[in-house]
Amino acid sequence: MDDGWHLFGNTVKAALSGQPSPSPGIALLRFENVGLRYGMGPEVVGDLNFSIAPQSFQFLTGPSGAGKTTLMRLMLLALRPTRGTVRIFDRDAAALSKDDLTALRRRIGVVFQDFRLLDHLTTYENVALPLRAMGREETGYRAEVVELLRWVGLGDRMNAPPPVLSGGEKQRAAIARALIVRPELLLADEPTGNVDPGLARRLLRLFVELHRLGTAVVIATHDLQLMDQFGFARRLVVGEGRLTIFDGSPL
Amino acid sequence: MNEPIVDPLLAAEPAATFESDSQLIPRDSVAGRALVVVIAIMTFLACLTAGAALLVADASRAWRSEVLRDATIQVKAGAGGDIEALVAKAVSIASKAKGVESVHAYSKAESERLLEPWLGNGLDLSQLPIPRLIVVRLKDQLPEDLAALRSALAASVPEASLDDHRVWAERLGTMADAVVVLAAALFALMILAMGTAIGFATRGAMAGNREIVEVLHLVGASDRFIASEFEIHFRRLGLRGSLIGGLAAMAFFAAASLLSFWWAHSPGGDEIAAMFGSFALGPYGYVGLAAVCAAVTLLTGLLSREIVIRHLRTLT
Repeated sequence: MDDGWHLFGNTVKAALSGQPSPSPGIALLRFENVGLRYGMGPEVVGDLNFSIAPQSFQFLTGPSGAGKTTLMRLMLLALRPTRGTVRIFDRDAAALSKDDLTALRRRIGVVFQDFRLLDHLTTYENVALPLRAMGREETGYRAEVVELLRWVGLGDRMNAPPPVLSGGEKQRAAIARALIVRPELLLADEPTGNVDPGLARRLLRLFVELHRLGTAVVIATHDLQLMDQFGFARRLVVGEGRLTIFDGSPL
Repeated sequence: MNEPIVDPLLAAEPAATFESDSQLIPRDSVAGRALVVVIAIMTFLACLTAGAALLVADASRAWRSEVLRDATIQVKAGAGGDIEALVAKAVSIASKAKGVESVHAYSKAESERLLEPWLGNGLDLSQLPIPRLIVVRLKDQLPEDLAALRSALAASVPEASLDDHRVWAERLGTMADAVVVLAAALFALMILAMGTAIGFATRGAMAGNREIVEVLHLVGASDRFIASEFEIHFRRLGLRGSLIGGLAAMAFFAAASLLSFWWAHSPGGDEIAAMFGSFALGPYGYVGLAAVCAAVTLLTGLLSREIVIRHLRTLT
């Protein structure tokens, strides 16, 4: 696999490997007896107990409507649990101030199921968005963004707005936007849902490479065939609002 | 696993150039254009009100300084008395009085001419007991000088009475002050209405761009960053609206000034000139209107920023 790296820019490799190393042994995310209900309704998910270790790789799977996206949103702290404790980067999520939350989100990369690219911005601007949101000057990150866009094969689509991109291009732009902050944790919701199997496999390999460079990766998917190709990955299976964990086979 | 992750087709040569100057909040929207129109109209009306108040205040200052430096001695023709002698005596007293700059007595012919607009010409006015007027120009507006002159006249020429126009000028001044206060109240109401419109537009823009706000939050943007993006967006709208409204108001005053110059000698023109002066706003007036535009622009940005920050604070 390492042989493949000479094909990519060294800048990207260096940039992605330049992320701060999390302390070993401390989970990036830890859910303890977490449950969520909307209003007075039944629990959508409940009794969630798991942790995401640094530099780990896992699939989050389950049938449609089982709660994968809800769980992803809980991990991203876009939803607050109605019971239990979520610890993120060893801090109690319930006790975070808005500024703390903003700072922690900058350590997480997210790929949304529906991409969530901003249609009035170019692909370049979409990918640069997290850096711009951090208040960085464009001159400081331009080369970085261009390099990453080339790396994901969008070097000639930098000025194109998302509405003119194909599904696969949007997918890669969304992935590039998640990677640009060199995240310690990457959450990807159905990142291969809109592309053909060949491209899906290639995108997956991209995540595996990222994992090798030190990022913990969580990929929500219901593509069993795809998961079978990456048998080393841990599987978190959501079904009827409960979570079952299967450890992957060693590499 | 030795297969390259990004295949050569995907890794095509990038474009040599790219652009990056977009606002995070989409620039053009129907609501945005409507807000520009509202701000333009409100700024125009606010500038008209402010300009009219400036004109009235300037004109009022001019009346007061002019009128209050003048006083009139009226000498009534007494029964059988020599009015010319009385006028000469009054002129002599007035000329010697303290604080008097100049004295001008209207001759008999001049006095009769003053009556022409009412009585017509060609009449023999010699039989009418026409009072004679003496215009006294004061160096300053010191009331004690007038009091001394009044008592001197009362002692020596009882047929003469001194009118210092003070009551009339005060009434006129009070009216002008009322117009200025009314204009200030109207101005404040317009700014309030504009602020309310900006508030509605900001909330509308937040609702319309909810997804953008959510994405910005999730990619690690702080509330301050999002609020400043909205501020930039609304400041631009405010600048556009206030420039349109402000320039239209400046053009209006410039055109009014030209028209009043043309009409200057018509009867209607004289009355308008008495109320508003020459309609010339003057350089300070135009600077004032530019300041109104700048204030509207800043207000638009800051108000929307405040509303966005408050709204984001309520989001969990």
